[in-house]
Amino acid sequence: MSGQVTLSPEARDGLRRRAGRGYPQEDCGLLLGRREAGRVEVRRALRVRNRAGTGERTRRYRIDPADYLRCERRAQAAGLDVVGIWHSHPDGEAAPSRTDARLAWARWCYLVAAVDRRGVRELRAWTLRGAGFREITLAPCPR
Amino acid sequence: MPTVTVRIPTPLRGFTAEADEVTVDAADVGGAIHVLNAAHPGIAARILTPEGELRPYVNLFVGTHNVRDLDGLASALREGDVIAIIPAVAGGAR
Repeated sequence: MSGQVTLSPEARDGLRRRAGRGYPQEDCGLLLGRREAGRVEVRRALRVRNRAGTGERTRRYRIDPADYLRCERRAQAAGLDVVGIWHSHPDGEAAPSRTDARLAWARWCYLVAAVDRRGVRELRAWTLRGAGFREITLAPCPR
Repeated sequence: MPTVTVRIPTPLRGFTAEADEVTVDAADVGGAIHVLNAAHPGIAARILTPEGELRPYVNLFVGTHNVRDLDGLASALREGDVIAIIPAVAGGAR
């Protein structure tokens, strides 16, 4: 992946609306879009139920594989791919944690939203490089 | 031998020249992964442990059924089945 990810207005609005909905618990979901020549274009941001254990959800998220499969099929039906993951850090930074790095997959884009009780404070994009994350430019979709 | 489709997630498409699905002939799920790896060397090591077990951070579905709820890698396949390779997705602030 090169150093840029673009967000469609629909995806950006969706993240603004959904990324803090579960505050103070972490929210999470899948990014649907296209990946061409190493550049990622996110068209939709789907919210998926956080299946981390009760009591862990303020600091952890987990997506159930069956929920993932349903989202992947939605993507396929729309001619899109699962191009990444988004999740929130309640009262935290818009940067991946060591837990995020340990569990991440290469070639996906990771959007991390810093949220508080008022909503999304900051949104940043990351991709895995070796054992750690590297920030990538987050740009509005030109169309 | 049934012909089935294996859906490849984005993180593993480096092994398949960016193909999002691959067609294989196999009688069971483990056989399908073996045939997939013969055509795209290296991909099985991301799905299976060196001992040949399914990795904890990967799930395989046949249709809508997680093979962990079926017979694991011995789960039988039927003509036209779709196997989805699903990376585990998790993380968090701490």
